[in-house]
Amino acid sequence: MKTKAGRISKTTKNDLITYAMVILAYIVMQLLVSTGHVSSLIQGLLVPFCTYAIVAIALNLTVGILGELSLGHAGFMCVGAFSSAVFSLAFKGAMPSGLRFFIALLIGAVTAALVGFLVGIPVLRLRGDYLAIVTLAFGEIIKNIINALYLGVDANGIHFTMKDALSLNMEEDGVVLIKGAQGVTGTPNDSNFTVGVILVLVTLFIVLNFIRSRTGRAVMSIRDNRIAAESVGINVTKYKLIAFTISASLAGVAGVLYAHNLSSLTALPKNFGYNMSILILVFVVLGGIGNIRGSIIAAVLLTLLPEVLRVLSDYRMLIYAIVLIAMMIFNWSPNAIFFRKRVKQRLTAGRKSGKEA
Amino acid sequence: MSFAAHLINGISLGSVYALIALGYTMVYGIAKMLNFAHGDVIMIGGYVVFVTVSGMGLNPLASIIISMAVCTILGVTIERVAYRPLRGASPLAVLITAIGVSYLLQNIALLVFGSDTKAFTNVVTLPNLELFDGQLVIKSVTIVTVIVNIIIMVGLTLFVKKTKIGRAMTAVSEDQGAAQLMGINVNGTIAVTFAIGSSLAAIAGVLLCSAYPALTPYTGSMPGIKAFVAAVFGGIGSIPGAFIGGILLGVIENLSKAYISSQLSDAIVFSILIIVLLVKPTGLLGRKIQEKV
Amino acid sequence: MKKKMLSLVLAGAMMATVLTGCGSTGADAGSTAEGTTVDAAEDTGADNAETDVAGTESADATDAAQTAGAGGTFKIGGIGPLTGGAAVYGIAAMNGSQIAVDEINAAGGICGMTVELNFQDDELDAEKSVNAYNTLKDWGMQVLDGCVTSGCSIAVAAKSVEDQIFQLTPSGSAVECVTNDNSFRVCFSDPNQGSASAQYIGENGLASKIAVIYDSSDVYSSGIYEKFAQEAANQPFEIVTAGAFTADNKTDFSVQLQQAKDAGADLVFLPIYYNEAALILKQASDMGFDVQFFGCDGLDGILGVENFDASLAEDVMLLTPFAADATDDLTVKFVTTYNEKFGETPNQFAADGYDAVYTIKAAAEQAGITADMSNEEICTALSAAMTQIKVDGLTGAGITWDASGEPTKAPKAVIIKNGVYTAM
Repeated sequence: MKTKAGRISKTTKNDLITYAMVILAYIVMQLLVSTGHVSSLIQGLLVPFCTYAIVAIALNLTVGILGELSLGHAGFMCVGAFSSAVFSLAFKGAMPSGLRFFIALLIGAVTAALVGFLVGIPVLRLRGDYLAIVTLAFGEIIKNIINALYLGVDANGIHFTMKDALSLNMEEDGVVLIKGAQGVTGTPNDSNFTVGVILVLVTLFIVLNFIRSRTGRAVMSIRDNRIAAESVGINVTKYKLIAFTISASLAGVAGVLYAHNLSSLTALPKNFGYNMSILILVFVVLGGIGNIRGSIIAAVLLTLLPEVLRVLSDYRMLIYAIVLIAMMIFNWSPNAIFFRKRVKQRLTAGRKSGKEA
Repeated sequence: MSFAAHLINGISLGSVYALIALGYTMVYGIAKMLNFAHGDVIMIGGYVVFVTVSGMGLNPLASIIISMAVCTILGVTIERVAYRPLRGASPLAVLITAIGVSYLLQNIALLVFGSDTKAFTNVVTLPNLELFDGQLVIKSVTIVTVIVNIIIMVGLTLFVKKTKIGRAMTAVSEDQGAAQLMGINVNGTIAVTFAIGSSLAAIAGVLLCSAYPALTPYTGSMPGIKAFVAAVFGGIGSIPGAFIGGILLGVIENLSKAYISSQLSDAIVFSILIIVLLVKPTGLLGRKIQEKV
Repeated sequence: MKKKMLSLVLAGAMMATVLTGCGSTGADAGSTAEGTTVDAAEDTGADNAETDVAGTESADATDAAQTAGAGGTFKIGGIGPLTGGAAVYGIAAMNGSQIAVDEINAAGGICGMTVELNFQDDELDAEKSVNAYNTLKDWGMQVLDGCVTSGCSIAVAAKSVEDQIFQLTPSGSAVECVTNDNSFRVCFSDPNQGSASAQYIGENGLASKIAVIYDSSDVYSSGIYEKFAQEAANQPFEIVTAGAFTADNKTDFSVQLQQAKDAGADLVFLPIYYNEAALILKQASDMGFDVQFFGCDGLDGILGVENFDASLAEDVMLLTPFAADATDDLTVKFVTTYNEKFGETPNQFAADGYDAVYTIKAAAEQAGITADMSNEEICTALSAAMTQIKVDGLTGAGITWDASGEPTKAPKAVIIKNGVYTAM
């Protein structure tokens, strides 16, 4: 009993440290901003930090807890971003911005969850690399469709087409909400650092509680041994779908935050293509698979890195690539892990002998 | 007639995908890693040929051999520096490192060759095949690509089945630990795999750029991803699967562009991929993996 | 677990260093500001080493967040894609702007101030573009020469209007790029080019059946196509096919060409960039499809593609404000300098970048900008001056602006004959 109680308090303590870290970072940043010690660049990056932290936590739920590789999370982010941006643009000026953003958040989260659920039904039947490639395919399909989508409203209602803006046949006074490749222009700027941090905390709360819940334990048992889990009566498909849908929904929340931070929203290969999905995966892998706190730190670090490297001008992305490879080898190579262990052992041994003396 | 033309153009595109997919599937089959940098090795191969043919005026055949040599060295170096330290780590870590290598190669090319498009000289100087009074044109580079594909496919299959090192590759792909215990040099075998995969990339680069003569630092990335999809389509790890997957992907892509929507062709191609994988979860010719309890 | 803890500690330590690094940036204008100043000066050449020292000193003395005008420098920021698939456009605009800056500095600067250009990468991503903008703000940017692409321009315009920083986009062609009072552009807008092309083809009776091949994932291309299709209804020709392609699908155009051929098109309209057009011309010639091609300013640069077989582009017509082969003194001088410095033939983006800097100069001189003015004052003064100036640039003679931010200039129709652009 005693050991069990000790272990529980340890995980709880671990979770509390994560919350505390986010809150502390928020307070420190707010203090620095209010005293004018933060450059415009960092101030501008605060919301993206939150966006990528949320989506990294979301993906970690799929990769670390569910144990399946998804290369399509940018697609869910894209769905959340576009659905919420369309809503906010349509109701710009029609309701107070706080309420509007709240509804936009719900819309983004629900739409992404719905798409995640629909994608999850076929996808989760597959395994390993095949699952990864199918999620990648779904992400690309979502991006491709949104790039060909035209949506507008006028007095006659909603018009929509997959061809071009002319085929919308709008009245003179109509507003084009999604304009194909140009996407959504003029989304109100409702995201800010405080909202971002609150959303990070909510995401953390959802994910950490999910992991510690009965459902979460069922999901992890599927990850560790699917056959054993099945044999004790766990409904594999159901639990996988639950985890995947939550993950997609949270990615959608990140998308909402992203969309409301910029006035121009486009679905380019750069921001919602497979490259972005892979970048999110980099956050997760670098921060430690299954390590939620690590995901947040890695997301912040890797979002900051290319900006800090701007001083290198032409060599920026080159150095970024080298740093990425070096970090991966340092964090994951069996030799490097062994080396770090030895260094640590020597340090702790030194401290012990120091104490004794 | 226009259907036949679309079909031939599809095969022409697909044969290039197939050639790239062969390299992907080779490395995946043996080393069990998705080498996302494969497309960028292709791009480097293209630049080597561009520089040696257009810049130094070398014979195309000699430049292809130089390109193969450069890519082989590049492939083995990448494997040694970036992938080997991660042997035994999570496959995800290797995947991410491969992405890093891909960025690295793109940015090196950007710095060395600049961002502007280079028009590639077609190294296949044979005349195009014209049927029905020129109503149907089959490009000579397509014919060459298909022939090269078949040669490589047969050659690889024979190599893997008949030679000692080929059988060592099969052993490594089955079980690295057991192969090591049997006295097989796992690192060496994987290095050879990368050497072969990269020299194939050089050939693919030349033929890709001959068929679609615009060379930029990002030339390799999209065909690379498409070829990866083709390899999965055919059953990743399967050599004939890569060929069939590539050709099918090209044909489907072109036909959906022609008859459904040119904007949504990617969505259609990926949807078909998903449907195929749902029906046959390991691709068209993939091996079913037995699950152990 | 231990391993993870350690790596976290390590990551935390890294973040701590980075954060402290950032803190000092705003606090005392320390290392970062100094580094950038030196960098920019190195780019502009050795002749202004004196001002460089002065600039560094002033940056040390005053807060870097404030305008660093005391040393007599005028800081122009630029934003565009310098890496990634669109790098060719961003780099060209950067190089073009740099040439203009060097020329202006050699001739005594703007209103006696030395011009500094700091061009940042946005990777064709709106979010990165805003990051680049903030970086430039930290650097002390007074005027923005950017962004090169439409989507990024729109995103940054929302920030620049808040901060009241004057924005002149060299090549952001979407309508929404210049909706704010502080934003102007050098290039034509997309609708402008679309209708001008349709009218030109109609008035000159170039064709009766037209096929269009356009990039539906690109704002520029789909914008022109849309207006072209609209205007086509009033013109004596019909659009027989409209083949779209996307950024992920731009190597094989056989289907679109085959459709155009089957539909019996006698002219193919290409509202796209020259990189894709070079492939289209090659593939058309491979399939024996001999047809008249007609393009917009994006097509300019096609003859500059290294190793391109110019015979493929024979008889291609384009409506463009800039042609690298033009024989006027300004263009010849620009093309020669560009070739010497960067070893390439400049395209239209380079010309837009060059004109953008000279437009800023003209507006600044009209408004009488002085070193001690704040960004808001500069912005108001320049926005007002823009409607009063007339610029003779590479992309048009006597360009004028109205308050909406749109330039007025005449496109030139050129045809490629014997491998050179010839006026029609």
